[in-house]
Amino acid sequence: MSKHFFGDTAVLLGRSLRHIARSPDTIITTAIMPIAMMLMFVYVFGGAIRTGSGSYVNYMLPGILLITVASGIAYTAYRLFMDMQGGIFERFQSMPTARSSVLWAHVLTSLVANLISLAVVMLVALLMGFRSGAGVLAWLSVAGILVLFTLALTWIAVIPGLSARTMEGASAFSYPLIFLPFLSSAFVPTDTMPGPVRWFAENQPVTSVVNAVRALFAGQPVGTDLWVALAWCAGILVVAYGFAMNTYRRKIS
Amino acid sequence: MTTQETQAIQVQGLEKSYKDLHVLRGVDFTVARGSIFALLGSNGAGKTTAVKILSTLLKADAGTARVNGFDVATQAPDVRESISLTGQFAAVDEILTGRENLVLVARLRHLKDPGGIADDLLARFSLTDAGARRVATYSGGMRRRLDIAMSLIGHPPVIFLDEPTTGLDPQARIEVWQAVRELAAGGTTVLLTTQYLDEAEQLADRIAILHEGRILVNGTLEELKRLLPPAKVEYVEKQPTLEDVFLSLVGTKA
Ligand SMILES: Nc1ncnc2c1ncn2[C@@H]1O[C@H](COP(=O)(O)OP(=O)(O)O)[C@@H](O)[C@H]1O
Ligand SMILES: [Mg+2]
Repeated sequence: MSKHFFGDTAVLLGRSLRHIARSPDTIITTAIMPIAMMLMFVYVFGGAIRTGSGSYVNYMLPGILLITVASGIAYTAYRLFMDMQGGIFERFQSMPTARSSVLWAHVLTSLVANLISLAVVMLVALLMGFRSGAGVLAWLSVAGILVLFTLALTWIAVIPGLSARTMEGASAFSYPLIFLPFLSSAFVPTDTMPGPVRWFAENQPVTSVVNAVRALFAGQPVGTDLWVALAWCAGILVVAYGFAMNTYRRKIS
Repeated sequence: MTTQETQAIQVQGLEKSYKDLHVLRGVDFTVARGSIFALLGSNGAGKTTAVKILSTLLKADAGTARVNGFDVATQAPDVRESISLTGQFAAVDEILTGRENLVLVARLRHLKDPGGIADDLLARFSLTDAGARRVATYSGGMRRRLDIAMSLIGHPPVIFLDEPTTGLDPQARIEVWQAVRELAAGGTTVLLTTQYLDEAEQLADRIAILHEGRILVNGTLEELKRLLPPAKVEYVEKQPTLEDVFLSLVGTKA
């Protein structure tokens, strides 16, 4: 690792954060779809969905948070794609700058941007009646899971960001990720689903993450869901990181 | 002095293919320190490919290249300390202001007083008034000037300019030429690529024509002109222009 790695990453992070500050619409756009879904589900479908006791906002917020991240990382890919297209990526790579800083700055920017979007969505949820009796430790755990989830999805986003040929291609990968929570326990309990769908829903990563976050918010014991969720996130993170770095090395060789 | 001390760039037997497309098939040339060297070639000749190899963005399949005495394959970090690349398309950050772009590069080159460096360059490239504006509002010529200004930060001894005037209007073109001349006057080695014969003719101390993967000829403008039969006295005497030389060598049907 170059001796300038941390300093260079900080400089480049400052650059990307400036981009976000100057086009806050990316944050708004990221937050608006999950907020609209939340409004629909709570005020339109919510009455018809049986989730047991407790308010429906409380029930579906974890899934909405994951959708927020899934739509937010489309911008991660977009920002990276724009740097690749514009030639500024090559400029940085031809300078005496720590080379991997360019990538890490995008990853950290993705984290910051998604955390802001998540905060906006949380705020709206609070206005809609979301309440949690979770203690400090539980809140920290939720934050930790969301950070890990965001990093895992961010490294997935790096791959199309580096390799896409068109802007649409750079962000299209996020659609299935946005859709995944619908095939999970995020909005309806899985035991209402038909056999194969139910099997998929119960064994895909989103369900364990949703269940873990939901239990933490409710102040209930999390059980194995937490470990399954962490294992999924860590696993996806490692695999995506491997593929992303591989793509990166092919790009800069 | 050894060759390594007098030559800023030494390229030998450079080869590069993209799958079945053999773009460079054994390219040799050297560039003397402090000179302006033009790599002339039509679109798709492999100019950008050569520049990318020299600026450590691309690995050659065969051959060696040294820049400022450092091997591009094995001493890439030293090469990157010695060079600056102005790519074919202005590599500026549209969302930042002109000044912020300059400060950014100065920081990434780990220099002291990035703000002072930025202000100096803005003044030198007549961008002081536009310095606080976002680059997205700049004209093509201003963008190119900023792009070149960014390449001068840290005074790298070797500068690569890949088609620096393609797409610019005549006025902006002359401004860029002026900047390149000033650079060379200050002792910087400049390797520029161009498809424009008059650009090479105007700027370069030496010109090399890249065609079908090889350097077809390499020499001063005078030497290149001597490759054609001397001007014949007919009704009017006409010195061959570089364009005549180029077309006769490349054999393009007019
Ligand atoms: N990454 C690439 N993959 C495949 N072919 C490429 C790639 N880059 C350039 N080429 C091809 O190589 C040839 C030389 O390209 P280039 O070096 O950009 O030429 P020039 O800069 O002289 O116009 C062109 O035919 C171009 O299409
Ligand atoms: Mg080119």
